[in-house]
Amino acid sequence: MTLELVTGNHAAGYALAAAGEANRFARGAACGIYPITPQTEIVEYVAKFPFSKGRIIAVESEHSAMGVSIGASMAGARAFTASSSNGLAYMTENIMVAGLYRLPIVLAAVNRTLGPPWNIWADQGDTLYLRDFASIQLYCETNQEVLDSTLLAFRLAEDRRILLPVMVIMDAFILSHTQTETDLPEQALVDDFLPPLLLPHQLNFDHPATIGGLTWPRETLSQRIEIDEAFERVPAAYEEHRAEFRRIFGRDVGGMISMEDTEDAEAVLVASGTIASTARQVVRQRRRRGERIGLVKMKMFRPFPGEALLDACPKAGKFGVLDRDYAAGLGGVWWHDLRSAMQGRRDGAIVQGYLTGGCGGDVTPDMIDEVIDDLLNRRSAGKPVWKGIDR
Amino acid sequence: MTAPAQVENPPLTCSEECLMRPGNTNCGGCGMSVGLTFLSRALREAGQRCQLVIPACCGIVTAGGYPTTGYSVPVLASTFASAAAFAAGVAAVRDLNSESHHVICWAGDGGTYDIGMATISAAAERNENILYICYDNEIYGNTGGQRSSATPPGARTTTTPAGKREGKKDIMAIMAAHRIPYAATLSIAHPDDFLRKIRTALLLRGFRFLLIHSPCPTGWKSEPGESIELVRLAVRSGLFAVYEVFDGVRYRINIKPTGADPGEYYRRQNRFPADSINLDDVRSSLKASNDRLAKLAEVFPAGG
Repeated sequence: MTLELVTGNHAAGYALAAAGEANRFARGAACGIYPITPQTEIVEYVAKFPFSKGRIIAVESEHSAMGVSIGASMAGARAFTASSSNGLAYMTENIMVAGLYRLPIVLAAVNRTLGPPWNIWADQGDTLYLRDFASIQLYCETNQEVLDSTLLAFRLAEDRRILLPVMVIMDAFILSHTQTETDLPEQALVDDFLPPLLLPHQLNFDHPATIGGLTWPRETLSQRIEIDEAFERVPAAYEEHRAEFRRIFGRDVGGMISMEDTEDAEAVLVASGTIASTARQVVRQRRRRGERIGLVKMKMFRPFPGEALLDACPKAGKFGVLDRDYAAGLGGVWWHDLRSAMQGRRDGAIVQGYLTGGCGGDVTPDMIDEVIDDLLNRRSAGKPVWKGIDR
Repeated sequence: MTAPAQVENPPLTCSEECLMRPGNTNCGGCGMSVGLTFLSRALREAGQRCQLVIPACCGIVTAGGYPTTGYSVPVLASTFASAAAFAAGVAAVRDLNSESHHVICWAGDGGTYDIGMATISAAAERNENILYICYDNEIYGNTGGQRSSATPPGARTTTTPAGKREGKKDIMAIMAAHRIPYAATLSIAHPDDFLRKIRTALLLRGFRFLLIHSPCPTGWKSEPGESIELVRLAVRSGLFAVYEVFDGVRYRINIKPTGADPGEYYRRQNRFPADSINLDDVRSSLKASNDRLAKLAEVFPAGG
């Protein structure tokens, strides 16, 4: 094991390149890339990587970056790209196509506030708004988790029961530009973990299909239902690949959700990304004071692991959801999804939304303490509460 | 480069070997359909195969409804602006695997002159190893006939009800400015020249751009049976210059205008309102543009 000090961007670039290189005995790796702060170092890393069988194409836009990756994937290569913020917005049409074409493309996304006004700091709104397209989304808390989840993403994406793009997501700067000790696995281990890709619907002269032509309502609906069925299979497949990851790399990539003292908790915080790290420290401190508080860290957002969350919190009647995002006219996206997941399962629970750290604001332990105090004192849920700003 | 040897063209029947299979629902008099049969023939004679990347346009409607397909080769539909990007990815993987088939973009003028312009420009600048063919019917056909930047001045469309006031974008000049290995204009009224240019493009590597003047009776409000005659008139009157550009700098005019009256071209299409065309203006601008092209071919000739 080689521990090195690397940034989240470096970790993501390393994993994308190693995954692409692992396909050198099959059809190779190819993708389109385009820079945007704060993910640029990811695409710089893959552009510099000496692939045995790969081509990285520096294109003129995010839309074309995903376009090239779609073409490469459809021709059977292992394909990936990276983006952030307005870049993801510009790429959106082709992100949608990657999902609808059932292509196992891995997209490293660094969460940055959507503009205008221009703001390069962390906000999950740029990836959460892609929630309705056919992509799995994994949010990471550490640089190691970024690296490991990126490798896992290829296994999951290329699983024939799944065949969906996977987004591996990290907070701008807090992870993308902060160095931490990270284990960068050797290529041989990555080769073991990622077998050669054989895309079942690769462009093929023996079966000259027209991919993406006109389709009638009934057939199109069937295709959407197949996507739904693939999402249904994700949790079980995730656990299989997680176990395989542990076998090969000797560590845990992390669960779809992970729990901190939730079994007997009466009130539970729900957080994702680096906010989960801060929340965990506060929850542990207050546990030591005897408060029955827990934390669920959400790694997977799509498919939404609502049932797993409820199973993990059998006693909880109060949920405080920390959203580093704001869906206009609604509130937090995670909060909204959790409320939906509660419907008919725990209707009496209080599910309160807290808008924390949006647009790059710091989420401090004091702020988490305030959130917990507010949650514990509540007799009913109310409108989402903005935190971190005096108005 | 040397011109490929002339090959005798056998009669073409629409068989399984044709890219475009029987039973498609394309309009009568469709220039794109004729272009596809010529492309099929050139590929067959060269003994080569292709994969097609087609953005939103009549070309993807040609495939018909799932699960059938009107094409006999693998086709990847791209988003409207992305044909050259999708194709660059497909071609990169082909080259990584030392495969020999062609990757061909088959796109209309909307996807080429307008929404796809940035993507095409970037793919040309990178000299991606793809053959990009634009069948230019000078209109957004699928959506019922709106102006594009390829629509000629004076033409009435649903979004230029009084006739288009602006000129037609000179996409050949744009593509030549990228210094790509080969750019050429093709007319379905001149099949020998058409086929020779496809063969030339198939022999070259890098980004190759072919522009087909593609009659569209639905959009041009013309008689389907007159499609070929119309584009022949366009060549003879100089409205559609038939030429090729090597490496963006060496020019050759392949079919010279005969001085035919451009008025005949306009009169036979109902897309041109009588008062939208001033023939004197047309003649003087045609003379200027064709003289300029002739001068380029004289000063910077493509050689033998």
